[in-house]
Amino acid sequence: MKIIACIKQVPDSEAKVKAEGGQVSWGDAPLVINPFDEYAVEGALQMKEAHSGSVTALCIGPESAKEALKHALAMGADEAVLVSDPALDNLDTVGAAKVLAAAIQKIGGADMVIFGRQTLDNGAGLTPAQTARVLGLPMLGLAGSIKVEGSAVTVERVIEEGRQIMKANLPVVLSVVQSIGEPRYPSFMGIRKASKATIPVWSLGDIGASAPAPIVTRTELMNPPVQDATIEMITGETPAEIAEKLADKIIAEKVL
Amino acid sequence: MKTFVYIDHFKGEVQPSSWEALGLAKSFGTAVALVFGTGVDDVAKMAVEYGADEVLVADDPSLTDYRAEVYASTLAALASSQSPNLILFPTTARTREMAAMAAIDLNTGVLTDISGLEANGDSFVATRPIYEGKVIEKTVCSGKPVMATIRGRAFPKPERAEGKSGTITKVAATGEAKSTVEGYGASEGAVNLGDAAVIVSGGRGVSNNPSLTPPAGMDEKQAEVWRAQQGFALVTELAQLLGGAVGASRAAVDGGYIPYAHQVGQTGKVVAPDLYIAAGISGAIQHLVGMRNAKLIVAINKDADAPIFKQARYGVVGDLFAILPALTEAMKKKLGK
Repeated sequence: MKIIACIKQVPDSEAKVKAEGGQVSWGDAPLVINPFDEYAVEGALQMKEAHSGSVTALCIGPESAKEALKHALAMGADEAVLVSDPALDNLDTVGAAKVLAAAIQKIGGADMVIFGRQTLDNGAGLTPAQTARVLGLPMLGLAGSIKVEGSAVTVERVIEEGRQIMKANLPVVLSVVQSIGEPRYPSFMGIRKASKATIPVWSLGDIGASAPAPIVTRTELMNPPVQDATIEMITGETPAEIAEKLADKIIAEKVL
Repeated sequence: MKTFVYIDHFKGEVQPSSWEALGLAKSFGTAVALVFGTGVDDVAKMAVEYGADEVLVADDPSLTDYRAEVYASTLAALASSQSPNLILFPTTARTREMAAMAAIDLNTGVLTDISGLEANGDSFVATRPIYEGKVIEKTVCSGKPVMATIRGRAFPKPERAEGKSGTITKVAATGEAKSTVEGYGASEGAVNLGDAAVIVSGGRGVSNNPSLTPPAGMDEKQAEVWRAQQGFALVTELAQLLGGAVGASRAAVDGGYIPYAHQVGQTGKVVAPDLYIAAGISGAIQHLVGMRNAKLIVAINKDADAPIFKQARYGVVGDLFAILPALTEAMKKKLGK
């Protein structure tokens, strides 16, 4: 089975991200593989282990995004490809989907294209379904488990109301959620292999795509309003006394 | 100005923020509600009662179970023929997908999880959180129609005028589904954190009650989960009394104490209830970004140095196994329940 895991590089979630001079700044915090995408790589590796085949990690980003791809290689991906082009600086999700679709075709297609549910930076969670639409493939979104029998893929999709069991025929595009299983740690051998790997870098010309004009653009960037940080500790001799006081406070706030 | 409002429902149960989207649409002009599925007449009637100027109903066997492809095609076909300026959705697993796909068909964009929307000529400026809510952006969409999914409880819910009658028009379903729905898992009950006005959440601390003796024959992990479930029973009791939902930290979900659908935080659901009570949650940044927009935050934790207290308005340093039941009792009495 040929599997492509789509990943992105984002600032670490511990980073102190703020708006500064109209730009997003994260200081000297490290850039890492998008945490949700680690689940995509994990899901891809599980599929490879169950059905043999290969896993290719695919990323759009600057040269530095090779580090995120190296993480995927260290986890066990067989190959990695970076799509990098100065014309991709202001990419929106529709643009990303078109570029990913072109890169997937250049790779030669896949039986499964796996995404994380969303990225930590933009967080829109649109790219997986948009890529499926551009490729004309079935979308199995928010999969918590994946089972393949012959050419049929069955997933348990995690939705607000519980689980929806969906079935489609390969090739498919999937997004996965945490229930797929904790992402494995890179092995020592994996890290060595990744550090030596040469990651091909494709330009838009290489994948036969033109620069997509962004449809969605940012006009302003703000820091969230600073919250009132005064805390009032509720104390008392007994739990009942504390609870009594706390209940009065909550009721006085008129939030119920 | 004409706005389509997609009324998201699961087996006829409407996502309440669909009505908030309808109210927002009305503030810009004409609101046309879209209802897809089979046997959805009641949903269409409700849309009229909540203020829709017209309801378009696609009632077709291909729409019985949600499948992104056919829902997106039906939406895109309606948008192509009726040219709305704006399409609004509540933000759910379903709407993110169908909006994403329809945007490809219509060559436009989707502004997700927005907490503000202003008309600007014949276009719109949306406010939405990015980087897990650490930064807020204003964003525009140059395509037409502008598509946006709204954050639950960010816009006022319109009044319902029961018995009101209005125009309900049948429309055709378009497109082909690329998947089949084999069934639904009942393992997880309905958890609607995004719409909940009150959320009571439990963390790792809910398993930390050494005075409980687990049934014989359990190994250490089973005993831990069993203890946690006793803890979550206390969380649930308070949540139910207050008409709220049960949330959880990632630690509690990873520990196997409670299903993922309850997870609040960066890798779960970002919530903004009126009241958020955190019990036995230390307050990792992943959790804080998911709940810090709650109007009132109350934290109960054994550890006085827990970061959750930096976010809370009221704090109790103490044992949740003593405080939670006492709080439930006190609330029962004071609320006359």
